[in-house]
Amino acid sequence: MFDPIWKLALGLITGIVFGILLQKGRVAKYHVILGQFLFRDWTVVKIMGTAVVVGSVGVYALLEANAVSLHLKPLMWAGVLAGGICFGAGMALFGYCPGTSVAACGEGRRDAMVGVVGMLFGAALFVGFYPQLSAFAKAWGDAGEITLPQWTGTSPWLWIGALVAIAVVGILTERMKHTPSRPRHAKHVGHGKHVRA
Amino acid sequence: MRSAKGATQRLHPPIETRYLQTKTGTEMNNPLAKHAWSPYLVGAGIGVLSWFAFWSADHPLGITTAFEHTAALGIQAVAPQFAESNSYFQDNSPKIGWEWMLVVGVLLGSLLSSFASGDRERVVVPEMWRRRFGDSAALRMSVAFFAAGLMMFGARLAKGCTSGHGISGTLQLAASSWVFSITFFTVAIVTAFLLYGRRASENV
Repeated sequence: MFDPIWKLALGLITGIVFGILLQKGRVAKYHVILGQFLFRDWTVVKIMGTAVVVGSVGVYALLEANAVSLHLKPLMWAGVLAGGICFGAGMALFGYCPGTSVAACGEGRRDAMVGVVGMLFGAALFVGFYPQLSAFAKAWGDAGEITLPQWTGTSPWLWIGALVAIAVVGILTERMKHTPSRPRHAKHVGHGKHVRA
Repeated sequence: MRSAKGATQRLHPPIETRYLQTKTGTEMNNPLAKHAWSPYLVGAGIGVLSWFAFWSADHPLGITTAFEHTAALGIQAVAPQFAESNSYFQDNSPKIGWEWMLVVGVLLGSLLSSFASGDRERVVVPEMWRRRFGDSAALRMSVAFFAAGLMMFGARLAKGCTSGHGISGTLQLAASSWVFSITFFTVAIVTAFLLYGRRASENV
């Protein structure tokens, strides 16, 4: 029932760093999450995009050095699509995602605390109806634990190169828009330096 | 009525500017005392943290498995007969593990970070929600409870969340994670516009 103590400690330390990053990234805040879905605040996309680009370069490099192994989730079409629909609707109504709601509790947000109890309730429903749900999840086919490069028969570095290119173009475009002559911009900064400057 | 509402609104500084202040000016040299870091720095930090998680614990960063295991352990404790007949407990062995401690760590890290900067948010009804749906705590709490439940249910059906699929899965170029992330983002955008509308969204 318990992992060995070193593994528990490692999880705790990783979590503390993750929690600090989420809180400093301001994604534990309702208006930042909703602002992203309403295209008014691009913090969430900036953080997730950078994390994915930086993460993919390192994880695939470590994979080639045999230092890590991949942990892929199976592509069960019904489960992934129905799950994505429930998740998206729930996240927009709640205003936090699972990780950021825990960070929001740390900030003192009462609605996130109620949501964490609601998440346990949702998880219990899933466990309770597991036999039926696991059959449903595979009802439209299960393509297995597959990556996009495997699926298309291409090199992962082609995909990572494309992600890096998209990130560079995105950052350059944003830099060009962030000129001090546009005061409207001060309203929507994701980080302090533009306003303090 | 209208003027009273205007008066209460002025009590709150504009949403955008509150986060740009630190507790005191002298604490500026301590990065933890800052209210916000650059989103690119935060994103890069999460990327490097996921290298560390893969390398040190052979685990992707993910949050919702811990909730599933907690709920499963609870069901096992409260209704052992039900648990015995449920195939979940044949297919999975719920435990207090690395992922469980990761969630505890996120809570502690956020506590530490928010106390260090004074960015404490003891809110019941978020400001943006209040402007659109009023200040009923009962409404906000009920929606938060059921919406969070729906979100977690969806995450477990798809076997991942914003962290497990959205970051850890997409960075591994997992096909399931890209399908999940595109689906949930699209649905969340539609839901947010249904909730706030084009005009109301200007309040953000």
